[in-house]
Amino acid sequence: MAYPYRHERETRVLSEGFGDPRARTVAGWREFGGYRGIARALEIGRAETIDEVRRSGLRGRGGAGFPTGLKWSFMPKDARRPHYLLCNADESEPGTFKDREIIRWTPHQLIEGCLVGSYAIGASHCYIYLRGEFFESNQIMARALEEAYREGIVGKDILGSGVDIDITLHVGAGAYICGEETGLMNSLEGRRGEPRIKPPFPAAVGAFGMPTTINNVETLAATAHILRHGGDWYRQWGTDKSPGTKLFCVSGHVNRPGNYELPLGFPLMELIEDICGGMREGRALKAVIPGGSSVPVMSADECRDCSLCYEGVEAAGSMLGCASVIVMDETADIVRQVRRMAQFYAHESCGQCTPCREGTAWATRILRRIEDGRGTEDDLDTLLQISDQMTGTTICVLSDSLAAPVISSIRKFREDYLALVRRGERVGVA
Amino acid sequence: MASNGRKADTVTLTIDGREVAVPRGTSLLQAAAALGIEVPHYCYHPGLSAPAQCRICLVEVEGAPKLQPSCVTIAQDGQTVHTDSELARGMRQGVLEFYLVNHPLDCPICDMSGECSLQDYVFAEGRERGRAQEPKRVFGRDDFGGDVLYYGDRCVMCTRCVRFMDEVARDSRLTVVERGDRAVIDTFFDSGLDGASFAGNVVDICPVGALVSKDFLHKARAWDLDHAPSVCPNCSQGCNIELHTRDNLVQRLKPRENPEVNGHWMCDYGRSRYEWMNRTGRIERPAMGRGEERSEADWPGTLEALAARLAGNEGEIAIVASPFCSVEALGALSQLAKEAGEAAAAVFRSPRAGDEDPLPGFPLLVRRRDLAPNVDGARLLGYARTGTDDGSGGLDEVAAHRGVVFVLGDDLNDQPDDFGAAADLFVYLGTFDSPAARNADFVLPVTTFAEEEGTFVNAQRRVQRFGQGLRAPGSARPAWLVLGALLAFLKSGKTPANAAEAFAALADEIPALSGMSHESIGPGGVRLEAAHA
Repeated sequence: MAYPYRHERETRVLSEGFGDPRARTVAGWREFGGYRGIARALEIGRAETIDEVRRSGLRGRGGAGFPTGLKWSFMPKDARRPHYLLCNADESEPGTFKDREIIRWTPHQLIEGCLVGSYAIGASHCYIYLRGEFFESNQIMARALEEAYREGIVGKDILGSGVDIDITLHVGAGAYICGEETGLMNSLEGRRGEPRIKPPFPAAVGAFGMPTTINNVETLAATAHILRHGGDWYRQWGTDKSPGTKLFCVSGHVNRPGNYELPLGFPLMELIEDICGGMREGRALKAVIPGGSSVPVMSADECRDCSLCYEGVEAAGSMLGCASVIVMDETADIVRQVRRMAQFYAHESCGQCTPCREGTAWATRILRRIEDGRGTEDDLDTLLQISDQMTGTTICVLSDSLAAPVISSIRKFREDYLALVRRGERVGVA
Repeated sequence: MASNGRKADTVTLTIDGREVAVPRGTSLLQAAAALGIEVPHYCYHPGLSAPAQCRICLVEVEGAPKLQPSCVTIAQDGQTVHTDSELARGMRQGVLEFYLVNHPLDCPICDMSGECSLQDYVFAEGRERGRAQEPKRVFGRDDFGGDVLYYGDRCVMCTRCVRFMDEVARDSRLTVVERGDRAVIDTFFDSGLDGASFAGNVVDICPVGALVSKDFLHKARAWDLDHAPSVCPNCSQGCNIELHTRDNLVQRLKPRENPEVNGHWMCDYGRSRYEWMNRTGRIERPAMGRGEERSEADWPGTLEALAARLAGNEGEIAIVASPFCSVEALGALSQLAKEAGEAAAAVFRSPRAGDEDPLPGFPLLVRRRDLAPNVDGARLLGYARTGTDDGSGGLDEVAAHRGVVFVLGDDLNDQPDDFGAAADLFVYLGTFDSPAARNADFVLPVTTFAEEEGTFVNAQRRVQRFGQGLRAPGSARPAWLVLGALLAFLKSGKTPANAAEAFAALADEIPALSGMSHESIGPGGVRLEAAHA
C-alpha cells in the first residue's frame, strides 16, 4: 500500500514506516530498527539518556519548541514520589495531522518513545492522552500496546532490564483545551479540562500532584531514533538552533497537500512549489499560516525567503508552532477564514478566564458582522484592542491564539477588511 | 539572631510608591490591602482557594514580562508593584468591558444592586459606554434548591460558590457546566442545594447578583438597609452576624467575619430564623395586679411599688430565666435575688437539637445542640438547666413555689394557668403575655436581644458583644436596665446608664468576668480563660 504523501526530497526518519502495515506489529517494527533506542537507553542509564537527547538539540514538536533534554532535566532526581510521563496525543490544533499519522502507522514508534522518555525521567507510568475523535488511531494504538505488553516490552521488567514501565492509553472526550498541558492533566484526573496556574510547574506538581513531564507524540517518537543513533547523528539535519527533521502538515490551496518529513530550515516556497506541487490551478499565493491556526498569518511577501525552522519563521513574523502549514491562494476570503478560526476558539475556550471566555465569543460576533457587511472601521480598532487585551492576560494561551490571527490579518490584510466595511465587497470567493 | 530571624519572616516591597512590610508568603493582593489599597477581584475570596481566573486583579510588577494575578503572586523582597499604572488600569477597564458583553445590566431589579462588585468596579473604572452591539446570551433563572436562586446572566463565573461547596461545605453540589461563554453554574441532577445546611453562604460570597436568597428576593434595596453588628441567637455557637434591618424589621441575617468563631460563614439554620425578632403583639407597658385587678402603670410607679415589696420580702426566691437573655440581664437578676432574699432555685430551659452539625472545611464552626445563644452564660451565672430537650417542662416546683418567683424572658407557654398562683410575689419580665403570666403581680415589658446591647457567652466560653438593631416596642426596656433600677432602689445605688455599665457592675462581683469590660471584649469577643491568662 503506497502512502499517498511521498516526495523524493523527503528525509524519512519518523515517517519511514508510514503506509506499511507491517510497522504496526512488534516484529515488523523491529525490522525497521525499532526498540533499539530503548535498549540503548537502558544500557547507558538515565543521565546519559537525557544527555543524548540534549546533545541532539531536539525541540518540543507540540508547538512551543522548548528543548526536550532541558525539560527532562527539570524533573527531580530522587524517587521519593512517583513520576509521570504524559504523552500529549490530543492533536487538535486546526491544520495539524502529524501525530495521528505516527500513531496509526507506527504505534510502536510512539511506544518506544514513551519508554525512552519514562526511563529518562524516572517514571514507571506513562499515560498517552489520545484525542477522543481518533477512533482508528485508538484501535491501532490499543492493539499495539497489548502486543508490546505481551512481548515484555512494556510492563514489568521491560526487555529484561529490571525496569518497570507501564503505559496507559487514555482517550479524551474531545476538547481542544485538553491538549494544553495542564488542562490535559486535569482531564486525565477526571476534572474539568481547565488549564492550571503556573507556578507550580508540572515538573514539581503535575499529574496527580506528582512530578510530571509532558511531551508531544512527535517529540517522543524522535527520541527513540536519537537514542538509537545518537544526538550528533540527529544534528546532521536542520539548523543549529532547530536540529533534526520535522513532519510538515500542509493543507489548503496546493496541488498535493499532505504530511511531509523534511529537515528543519527547508525553504517554505520550495515546500509549496516543489513538494506540494505548487498552487492549485496556478493561482497566486495570498497567505500562509505556518504553524497551526494559533500563529500569526503571513503575507505572500513574508513567505518569499522564509525557511521553515523555529528562528526562520519567527524572523518572517510568525511562529513555526507545530509546522501545520495552511496555504491560501488569491481566492481566499481572509475575513471569513479568520472568523472561522475565531469561532473555533470561542467554542473551545474553557471559560475560566474572563478575557478568553467573553473576548473570544465577542470577537467572533464582531467578525461575523464584518463578514456580513454590517461592520464599521471602528470595529477593526475594537478588534485590535480586545485582541490586545486577550494577549498575555490569561492562565493559558488560548485567547492569545485567537488574538494572533486577528491582529496579524487586520495588519496584513487590512484592504480585505476595508473592502467589506466600506463597500460591502468580499475579497476572494472562498 | 532574633532580629535576623524576624527579618526572614517578613518581606518589604513597594506598592504604588508606598513601602510595606508583610509576612513572607503574603499575596500582592493582601499586601496592597495592608496599605488600604483595594485591588479589584472576583474569584479571590479570603476563605477559599484562589484559582486566579477572573483576571481583574492583574497588577504590574516591575521586571515581570506581563501583568501578574495579585491574588496568587507572592510578595517578594524589594519588589515594585503598580496597581494603578496605565497598563493595569487599562487592563481592568478591558476586563470590565468583557464582563459587560453578556451581563444584562438589570441593576434596577437586581437584589445585589448597591453592594455589587461588578457595579462598583464598573462605576469606578469602567468605560462610559460599552462597545458590544450584538444581542446578549440569555440563560434565565434557575432554582438551585434550598433558599438559593441562580441568575446565570448576571454570573461572572468566579466559581466562588463551587469552591465553597467543594472546599468548605465539602459537599460538592455545584459545578460549572459547558465552556466558553456558554459556561454556567449548575447543580447535579435534581437534588440541588436542598438539605445542604450551609448553602446560604454561596449567596453571601457571590460578588454579583447571580446567586440570591429566595427569602430576601425583592424585599429591600441594599442601600435602604441598616447594618447592626450582632451575634446569631439561634444556637450556642454564637456566629458573629449583622442584622440587616429596614423599617424597624430584621430583613436578613448576614455573617460577620470572625476567624475564631465562624470565619466568613454561618449555617442555614441560624440564618433562616429571624422572623421571631419581628413578631408583633408584644407587652408594651408595665402592669401591676393579678387577673382582674391588673392595670397598666408607668415605669417609676411600678418599680417603686415592686422595690417596696422586695425590700419587705422574707420568702425564698425562685428564678426561671431564658438563655436568650444577655449576660447583663441574667447577672443583674441573680444579683437582685441575692439582695432580696434566700435563693430557692435558679433554672433555665432551652431547646436542644438531637445532634451537632459541623462545617467540615471550617471545623471551628458547628451548629450546636443547644439552640440558644447564652446557655454557657446562664451556667456561668449560676443557673441550672431544667426541662426536656424541646425546651418545655421542668418547672413543677417553681410553679408551686410559695415565696418570690421571678421569670425572665421565658414566656411559660407550656405552663398551666395556675403557675405562680401560690407565690407571695410573682414578677414576670417578658416580651409576650401567656396564661401562666396572668398570675404575675408585676408584668415588666423587656426587649429582645435585637433591641438592646449586651453580651452572650458561646459554647467556646467566648464572651461576645451584640449591638442594637431594632427600636423597642412601646415602653419595653432592656432587662438589665429594669433590674438595675430595682437593685438601685434596694441598695440606694446608681442605675447603670448603659449595657457596658451593667456589665462592669457584674465584672466586679463575678470572678470569671473580673477585669473584663465591653471595651476589652471588643467587636470580636474574648474567651473567658484568655481574659485571665
